[in-house]
Amino acid sequence: MPEGGTGIGAAVKRVEDQRFLTGRGNYTDDLNRYGQTYAYILRSPHAHATINRIDTAAAKSAPGVLAVFTGEDMEVGSLPCGWQVHSKDGTPMQEPGHPPLARGKVRHVGDQVAVVIAETYAQAKDAAEKITVDYGPLPAVINMNKALAGGALVHDEIGTNLCYDWEIGDEAEVDAVFAKAAHVTEIDIVNNRLIPNAMEPRAAVGEFDQATGEYTLYTTSQNPHVIRLLMGAFVLSIPEHKLRVVAPDVGGGFGSKIYHYAEEAIVTWAAPKVGRPIKWTAERSESFISDAHGRDHITHAKMAMDADGKFLALKVATKANMGAYLSTFAPCVPTYLYATLLAGVYTTPIIHCNVKAVFTNTVPVDAYRGAGRPEATYLLERLVAKCAREMGLSQVDIRRKNFIPSDAFPYQTPVALQYDSGDYTATLNAALKAADVDGFDARRKAAEARGKRRGLGFSTYLEACGIAPSAVVGSLGARAGLYESAEVRVHPTGSVTVFTGSHSHGQGHETTFAQLVSDRLGLPLENIEISHGDTNKVQFGMGTYGSRSLAVGGEAIVKAMNKVVTKATKIAAHIMEASESDIEFKDGQFTVAGTDKSMAFGEVALSAYVPHNFPHEELEPGLDETAFYDPLNFTYPGGCHICEVEIDPDTGVTTVERMTAVDDVGRVINPMIVAGQIHGGIAQGIGQALLEGCVYDDNGQLLTGSYMDYTMPRADNLPSFTVGTEVTLCTHNSLGVKGCGEVGAIGSPPAVINAVVDALWDLGVHDMPMPATPQTVWAAIQAARPAAAAE
Amino acid sequence: MYDFAYHKPSSVADAMAALKAADDGKFLAGGMTMIPTLKQRLAQPSDLIDLSGVGDLVGITVSGGAVTIGAMTTHAAVATSTDVQSAIPALAALAGGIGDPQVRNRGTIGGSVANNDPAADYPAACLALGATIKTDRREMAADDFFTDLFETALADDEIILSVSFPKPSKAAYQKFDNPASRYALVGVFVAQTAGGPRVAVTGSGQNGVFRVPGMESALASSWSADAVKGMAVDAGTLNSDIHASAEYRAHLIGVMAGRAVTAAG
Repeated sequence: MPEGGTGIGAAVKRVEDQRFLTGRGNYTDDLNRYGQTYAYILRSPHAHATINRIDTAAAKSAPGVLAVFTGEDMEVGSLPCGWQVHSKDGTPMQEPGHPPLARGKVRHVGDQVAVVIAETYAQAKDAAEKITVDYGPLPAVINMNKALAGGALVHDEIGTNLCYDWEIGDEAEVDAVFAKAAHVTEIDIVNNRLIPNAMEPRAAVGEFDQATGEYTLYTTSQNPHVIRLLMGAFVLSIPEHKLRVVAPDVGGGFGSKIYHYAEEAIVTWAAPKVGRPIKWTAERSESFISDAHGRDHITHAKMAMDADGKFLALKVATKANMGAYLSTFAPCVPTYLYATLLAGVYTTPIIHCNVKAVFTNTVPVDAYRGAGRPEATYLLERLVAKCAREMGLSQVDIRRKNFIPSDAFPYQTPVALQYDSGDYTATLNAALKAADVDGFDARRKAAEARGKRRGLGFSTYLEACGIAPSAVVGSLGARAGLYESAEVRVHPTGSVTVFTGSHSHGQGHETTFAQLVSDRLGLPLENIEISHGDTNKVQFGMGTYGSRSLAVGGEAIVKAMNKVVTKATKIAAHIMEASESDIEFKDGQFTVAGTDKSMAFGEVALSAYVPHNFPHEELEPGLDETAFYDPLNFTYPGGCHICEVEIDPDTGVTTVERMTAVDDVGRVINPMIVAGQIHGGIAQGIGQALLEGCVYDDNGQLLTGSYMDYTMPRADNLPSFTVGTEVTLCTHNSLGVKGCGEVGAIGSPPAVINAVVDALWDLGVHDMPMPATPQTVWAAIQAARPAAAAE
Repeated sequence: MYDFAYHKPSSVADAMAALKAADDGKFLAGGMTMIPTLKQRLAQPSDLIDLSGVGDLVGITVSGGAVTIGAMTTHAAVATSTDVQSAIPALAALAGGIGDPQVRNRGTIGGSVANNDPAADYPAACLALGATIKTDRREMAADDFFTDLFETALADDEIILSVSFPKPSKAAYQKFDNPASRYALVGVFVAQTAGGPRVAVTGSGQNGVFRVPGMESALASSWSADAVKGMAVDAGTLNSDIHASAEYRAHLIGVMAGRAVTAAG
């Protein structure tokens, strides 16, 4: 595609930005329905307590109040979990109930206790203060080790805080390799809990039409069809033809808006009861205690090596925090999205991983940008860095020695996945050059002359996205298929609306998908509309997460377009009185090969809807095709991130001086959007590494419950990034695309922490937890001082 | 936010009268603390008396070797005032480092000083420069004004008119930000004043802003970073939270003091 084009490879400016950047987006809270009322959710101040009694009488008679409901009033289904993991003994995971409004007991600070619906939000909030809840506080379990060691039970009825005890690989075989290894490197890793913090807080508007019996839920969702299915079928028993779910413009999700949340069910359930639409919008403080959190693993791992530093076996034991309830996809995150990634880019021949998922009195934990793969990558790349130190190898050499060679694809890992393509040497080499690693020693010396410590950190990562082949995930416990759908509706004058099951909440699908159409059908972008987010407009689709939109949703669009072209070719052949096999379609023109007979795409479209002479037995009118695409495999983006930090040993402040990322995301449709995705991902990765950490006290109170204490990355925390791509094509989709939404957040954290450790190594600091805040770094330096002095 | 009666007087006298007439009235300056407090329903005043209409409280004058700043003067006005920049550049720099541009264009010196947030910047400047706080009824030395966390010597119905800063021969402020809130985790203001060196620390003390006599005498002997760098402050008097232990704060006070002395020249 030439410069200035609008097809695949063009850096087209985002068509959606006109409305986003001028304040004309249409978000859930912007919607105001006729007769709308407002809901306030009363939440638990306790991490763990019995609800002995709730007195709502005073609230019910407060000014403006229409209704007050508690868990005793709301007898509906449990918020469902979409993935069932089995323990290694074959038993299914523990799956305790999750009522939208708590019944009998609250299990985390922020748990929903009651809803007040009033004429105004302020009235609802005022009335909520008049609700008296008699709580019986119970000891809270926050720490996973304590939760497993016989602490209080989050769910009494299951008699344990262990959700499942899962494994992959043959432990005995792995142990046998360790017994004979020349060297074993061990590491303890904590992957810090994060709070997603999408710019737009969650919101929901529930509505019921008495005349038609139809419910409508407007919600901040990444996957409105999934919400319709989960809420309609499992919670409220509303058939899908009577339930419309609309996710309009959504201001960021990062995973946190995948899940079916209680508030969605509450406003939908209550709407017919008050006979009016009900709006709920989270305050930011509520987001901190009600949006699903991310990460939160404790891991011990060890690598067996031969005398040359070749990896022989990897053994990993992880505890993963589920929080108080199972969020929609929580069980698969630390298993099938984590342990299956532990081969990384390396030829490690045998791997065993055990994962214990644990209930605690904290906000539920689920997928957050990267979902399992950042945890795997962080573990692996910290461990590999330590292996290099212990084996006396450079960080580059140990990686080269263990890379899966570029001619070994397709490559079957010992942890289920089969990689289709990649060239890890190419991304490493490109990153080494882009980061000017050769000049690092000079920069380190200059920093030391200024009293600063400078360090270099590497991460050569791989991830699996394009989630996912339905047959594979089905066999692993998914209760859903993970295909995607598209309808390409060609209008009579040749413009096109594409209805996609993928939802865009910042990713730029309205541009990238339009480029696919422009490229295939030869249309200008202004003739293409991408429609998503409304279950009454769009055929059933699975939504956006796991960097799947292009590799799965985009492929569905391609598949539907191919059907359109096939049909249009038939029409063109009929009208131009030629054989179908003689029709060529290029740049929007159907041409009879070897002649000057030609029809534009728009002319064929018009003929399709004005079929005056169609042989109707053979050729239907219309030009409107739908396709469902189920991928054949995951896709496997990978690459190399190199971070260079400078640390002020007097204060412990770490400054990211250089951040270089060379990623293989497959074919790039819009390089500007890809760069933007990688930039955003790296910002979140640096956030996790240096800034963000969710902290609960021992009683389960959230100490980082606002921006006063939870450190979001800001522009001045970040350097200007150097990003680039090295492309190997995905071999099992027609576009050759892999996905780019999460690579930044997956690849970068270990690069940052490895750089911090490198900077401080000579001071005796050989480990560093995330987030490496100034206090943490300073304390590590202080702790190492006596040891370093003694050496 | 709970309901309250709103008043916007145009003179100090009217403001005082409105407060006296109120059941439980509060003055509203820039609102950078008050408004969030109200929004979180942590305060329920009967009346809010907005001082933004009192023109007499706004303005900066330099005379008699002192910079006098009206109580309702915004941080942005102080930061960008060429008079302040040339008379006490450290004060202009401090004002320019408070919060973010939105805060600096709403927040006022009077509000900051009256609130005496233990992590606010202005109290350190007041204490280190030996400022005088002028109210509707008296003048108070900064040393007597700041009494405890969020506590001052102000009477409930007393209103700050202005704050006067004697011009030092040199001064500087160094702030170590709380990584999340970007309030001062440790802020150290050093000044060489007519009465000798003064060092004030904000963000750290269990009782709010405080002076460090040991550093002041060390600087009196030798005005150099080395004189204060590494000088221990008793961690037992300092705050500890998830961002900084008392020991870390004690250490940072020495580091920031040294950097402030260097910056002051």
